[in-house]
Amino acid sequence: MYNFDVEKPTSIADAVAALASDDEAQALGGGQTLIPTLKQRLASPSKLVSLSGVAEMQGVSTDGGVVSIGGATPHGVVAAEVAQSYPALAALAGNIGDPAVRNRGTIGGSLANNDPAACYPAAALASGATIVTNGREIAADDYFDGLFTTVLEEGEIVTQVRLPVPEAANYQKFVQPASRFALVGVFVAKFADGVRVAVTGASEDGVFRWSEAEAALSANFSADALDGLSVAADGMMADIHGSKAYRAHLIGVLTKRAVAAAA
Amino acid sequence: MTKVSMTVNGKAASGDAEGRTLLSSFLREELGFTGTHVGCDTSQCGACVVHVNGVAVKSCTMLAVEAEGAEVATIEGQAAPDGTLNTIQQAFQDHHGLQCGFCTPGMVMSTAALLKENPKPSEQEIREYLEGNICRCTGYHNIVKAIMAASGQDVSAIAAE
Ligand SMILES: Cc1cc2nc3c(=O)[nH]c(=O)nc-3n(C[C@H](O)[C@H](O)[C@H](O)COP(=O)(O)OP(=O)(O)OC[C@H]3O[C@@H](n4cnc5c(N)ncnc54)[C@H](O)[C@@H]3O)c2cc1C
Ligand code: FES
Ligand code: FES
Repeated sequence: MYNFDVEKPTSIADAVAALASDDEAQALGGGQTLIPTLKQRLASPSKLVSLSGVAEMQGVSTDGGVVSIGGATPHGVVAAEVAQSYPALAALAGNIGDPAVRNRGTIGGSLANNDPAACYPAAALASGATIVTNGREIAADDYFDGLFTTVLEEGEIVTQVRLPVPEAANYQKFVQPASRFALVGVFVAKFADGVRVAVTGASEDGVFRWSEAEAALSANFSADALDGLSVAADGMMADIHGSKAYRAHLIGVLTKRAVAAAA
Repeated sequence: MTKVSMTVNGKAASGDAEGRTLLSSFLREELGFTGTHVGCDTSQCGACVVHVNGVAVKSCTMLAVEAEGAEVATIEGQAAPDGTLNTIQQAFQDHHGLQCGFCTPGMVMSTAALLKENPKPSEQEIREYLEGNICRCTGYHNIVKAIMAASGQDVSAIAAE
């Protein structure tokens, strides 16, 4: 790891200023992705701006059917705090990596990183979340922009994530046992005005909505409604853990399981 | 270099760290707490697990400067000052929950975190909680037994093999 300075601001304004003052500076969330990246010398920031001391970015609140999560809130805290208000999200957060990873890794770091096999992007997209940054509010539908890419600008930080709570929801993760990430993950969320289905771990373009399944499930929220629907293998990722066809097949299977568990 | 101060196992400790210094390196090389092991250095194995402000973290994946002012607990603080093992450590010994012992500091610290959250975990809960702690020797079986015993539960229910 190359050396760097570390700043520990205590407010969003100071964090944004620290990032703006140096174009080689980078935000540090829980470090569960960034520190391994730095060890491999895949990044060499001059300065890390630690967000863990920013109190305004910590914690969870629920109001009017919307769960609001501070951008620096660790997965373990989310799992505990939304257990009553949004159980499907609690189950997702409580199943990321392992307990020690969940005590450090944050929702803002996960959404900023947009790993194609990460869990939170599926929850944000299926819930129709709003990603709040220091400067604006971004709808999840407009936020993800391909593998490891989002519409966040240089120095822009995720300060809060607001997720509308569905009437029924479930996340099915097919765990890749070595990395503990999702080989494929499907989040199904049923709202009064329709069903949203978000798929992670599968597409070459990162997290996406499976619109045919959404239409079928909006008309009839049962696993049978998905009979005959499939995702094309074209455009899926392939690696030693699974081929394109295998991933495409898993999407169908996991979506059915998610609907059965949510219904 | 920055001066970093923290409380380790109840006692004040401080030393010098660069921005990039990992908590694992700081504990081992600067403060001399070599009981915290570094197995993979890639956040996979859990040998380096310590508690920071009461929660388990992988010390190879946290910067020392981020632990400024924190309460840190390591394996060295688990036994009594006269060397008497605590309940978890004694159970690992009684049930042969270790062979080479390399993973053991992390196993014991993860177990302590588990039992604080969940004083009587089921076998399934134990196995899930230890997902991030890898052991190359034991096959986990005796570790699970040790944790059942440490939490005052019947060990005979765990299959023999
Ligand atoms: C063993 C292991 C298993 C894991 N398993 C899973 C899994 O099953 N599912 C899953 O989804 N993830 C998994 N992860 C990843 C984990 O969830 C990470 O915590 C997460 O991806 C990154 O969050 P972080 O807070 O650690 O961010 P960091 O590592 O600190 O940062 C990641 C990136 O985001 C940027 N960043 C951080 N916070 C913000 C912010 N608030 N605003 C803007 N940019 C920010 C950083 O500059 C950096 O580029 C795993 C990680 C490990 C080590
Ligand atoms: S040394 Fe930290 S997880 Fe392996
Ligand atoms: S006892 Fe040898 S690695 Fe666990």
